[in-house]
Amino acid sequence: MRHTSSKLLTIALAFTVTNFFAASTAVAADLELALVIKNHMFEPSELKVPANQRIKLNIQNLDKTAEEFESHSMKKEKVIPAGGRAVIFLGPLKPGSYEFIGEFNPKTAKGVVIAE
Amino acid sequence: MFGAGIIVFRETLEAALFVGIIAASTRGLVNRSHTLSLGVALGALGSLLLASMMGQISEWAEGIGQEIVDAGILTIALAMLAWHCIWVSNNAQRMVQEARQIGSATAQGHQTLWALAIVVALSVLREGAETVLFVSGLMAGATMSTGELISSAIAGVALGIGAGWLVYAGLGFIKTSRLFEITNVLILLLAGSLASQIAKTANQADWISVFGEQAWDVSSLIPNDSVVAMVLHGILGFDVSPTQLQVIFYMVAICLIWIAARQMKLHYSVLGS
Repeated sequence: MRHTSSKLLTIALAFTVTNFFAASTAVAADLELALVIKNHMFEPSELKVPANQRIKLNIQNLDKTAEEFESHSMKKEKVIPAGGRAVIFLGPLKPGSYEFIGEFNPKTAKGVVIAE
Repeated sequence: MFGAGIIVFRETLEAALFVGIIAASTRGLVNRSHTLSLGVALGALGSLLLASMMGQISEWAEGIGQEIVDAGILTIALAMLAWHCIWVSNNAQRMVQEARQIGSATAQGHQTLWALAIVVALSVLREGAETVLFVSGLMAGATMSTGELISSAIAGVALGIGAGWLVYAGLGFIKTSRLFEITNVLILLLAGSLASQIAKTANQADWISVFGEQAWDVSSLIPNDSVVAMVLHGILGFDVSPTQLQVIFYMVAICLIWIAARQMKLHYSVLGS
């Protein structure tokens, strides 16, 4: 009897663990979004994303100069080299809007992530 | 033109404050100025190299190469600062005595001086590479004349260094007997700040995706871009709007270093008695 219950427990545990990993891989298969930097501006300048989810942001810089993606509210800071690309992971974000700028061209390079 | 100078100033400020604190904490050590200057020079040279490689680095590891490099730089710097804190807690008294008696501490401080020079180099390297990319972008952009560009870049760097010097000079008013106590606390906080930046990098690269929520946000009182926020961050490692993970890393690093320093001190005092 004790044997069976421990067996059951093992199965239950294994099930939970598998589920946990399945869940985390489901989270790991993040939503991917593309962002382009062109003429020192972000395209699109407004990114709508689902709240409470991890997001993989693929940024491509089409300009001949480097840009620095910066967001204080999302705690991100990363240089995107001239003509280069880079990946930044965002979230999970609570519903709300989160501004970001291109620090090297703060007047023109502005954008916002809207989580809903 | 003014804007460009401000951006350069911002990039320079943090490294300059860092160097200011480190220079104050090593006052009286033999060859201090040479060794730290060498650190700054190597960091500046390295930043040119790092900036020129940024295109390739960015492509590494499916787009998170920069985080790998950043995390490496931050971890080495953190290890050096931790080592310094532990070393100083065992040798502070002797350093103060020697500084009083012969005006300079002897070769005792040699190793820790090198550790700090490496930290200085890494700090200049990190902030410098961004500055180089920004300025070279302006050069390519041709919206400013070369003269304007150079003068605003120099003004920005000079302002940053001025701020670092102010911190150094301010700490200079403290009596030698108390100076090392205070700078050691500041360096401990800087170590915490590096740990917090490692946390930020780890989240951005998706190595750690938990505890990403904001722990607090006082940016309505102290705007993130303000000089006050930058100085608080540069000197005390205080972040205006950190994530929970950053706060955890900050606390854990400080506690671990503090405990290690205390343990070593006890260990040596037992051996000595």
